[in-house]
Amino acid sequence: MTNGIRRILNDHARLSVDAASIDGSADLFDAGMSSHASVNVMIALEDAFDIEFPDSMLRRATFASVDAIGGAVARLQAESS
Amino acid sequence: MPIRAGIDLVDIEDVRDAVALWSGRYLDRVYTERELADCAGPHGVDPRRLAARFAAKEAALKVLQPGGDAVPWLSIEVRRDPSGTAVLELRGPARDLADRTMVRDLTTSVGYARATAYAIVIAHVGS
Repeated sequence: MTNGIRRILNDHARLSVDAASIDGSADLFDAGMSSHASVNVMIALEDAFDIEFPDSMLRRATFASVDAIGGAVARLQAESS
Repeated sequence: MPIRAGIDLVDIEDVRDAVALWSGRYLDRVYTERELADCAGPHGVDPRRLAARFAAKEAALKVLQPGGDAVPWLSIEVRRDPSGTAVLELRGPARDLADRTMVRDLTTSVGYARATAYAIVIAHVGS
């Protein structure tokens, strides 16, 4: 899953560094992801993992790091299975 | 009375790309029906006007300081009053957060600089 997340980040987050090299806990907003880019990341994640982020998860922390995104995706996949 | 300010800049080309890539999936998650109607142009929605609204929503979020609270973009609406001035309307989670933290009298100003839309939001904080 993490590789897929990092691929999406490289395609949509507009980070100033390669997402493949970023630490799992590093703050993606500090690494250059804008709030608007996080919308693109969210939709791309929904497509890639067949999930939908509910309003209750639309908070900065959900998309703040690779680890946070991974946790959110795993939670949504578990809820839908 | 203390005031709080938030500012945000949005690249208009980023919004144009998102509309082209995701179309309604992007638009419906971020902008209210009224905002989409206000941004409608002869060739579809105008990315420039959308970008200004996104900037205003993000500037408002910086004023609201949601922390761990979820505040969907749709709970902050940007519209024009009859004089053409941009105004913010909070609803749902954004309204609840503002009431709970005593953030009120939110005022916004939006504008453009070349390829960028910008917005500032100022509000009173406290009783």
